[in-house]
Amino acid sequence: MNGVPLVYYLALAVILFSLGAAGVLIRKNALVVFMSLELMFNAANLLFITFGNYYQSLDGQILVVFVLATAAAEVAVGLALMVTIFRSKGSIDIVQMNSLKG
Amino acid sequence: MRLELILFAVVALTAIGSAVAMLLSRNAVYSALFLILNFLAVAVFYLVLGAPFIALAQITVYAGAIMILFLFVIMLLGAEKLRELDPVRWQRPAAIVITLALAAEGTFAVFSKLDKTITTQSFAGTLADPVSIGSVLFDKFALPFEITSIILLAAVIGAVVLSKAEKKEGGK
Repeated sequence: MNGVPLVYYLALAVILFSLGAAGVLIRKNALVVFMSLELMFNAANLLFITFGNYYQSLDGQILVVFVLATAAAEVAVGLALMVTIFRSKGSIDIVQMNSLKG
Repeated sequence: MRLELILFAVVALTAIGSAVAMLLSRNAVYSALFLILNFLAVAVFYLVLGAPFIALAQITVYAGAIMILFLFVIMLLGAEKLRELDPVRWQRPAAIVITLALAAEGTFAVFSKLDKTITTQSFAGTLADPVSIGSVLFDKFALPFEITSIILLAAVIGAVVLSKAEKKEGGK
């Protein structure tokens, strides 16, 4: 697939990021909102790799490694929060997440 | 060139289609599985763009670890059969309009500012292998790498504390 214009990859990343943003705005299930966040991370990673290819540099790939590690940390804490919220409220609907105290 | 474009279109449509399907599935388990398909499609792009190590790390870390954690939590909570509360009436149309505006603006910026004749290129064979990734990671990026370990430690402690505090309260 070498020889595909760079702008196609960038447009694909933009579309994937927009779909992730749509998921955050539309869905009510907090877990699906989380998955949409992962989708946006993914789009940003695709941009890093694309420009790393353009500049023939490894730095973009290294940054993706850091994004992967940060996303893993975020998911661990976020899912622990989901479990805690579910235990106290009996639901993970984001409409019901309107108080800080359980 | 033609064949490459066709391959790109197939994988890109897979990625976009699975993302849309993830958004529209009522069942959270299906959402997670469609997201895994999306990660696999993007991993193919990484492979093609000369990042084989990142492509396989994406599959093992994202599709393997993170999404399995998601599926585990969904099934643990029984959240796949979440009843949908009445949304705010104007929220969904407003969200769609905002998203379309974002996508249109981004695509316009990409296509108007950048030269369309620039194409992606293949890496020289030895540039992106794990050995060179590792040497850059532990040489030029050694400090950020160490800071990442602190982030992971904080996440581990946070996850343990968050799930343990609730248990203590339940015992009271």
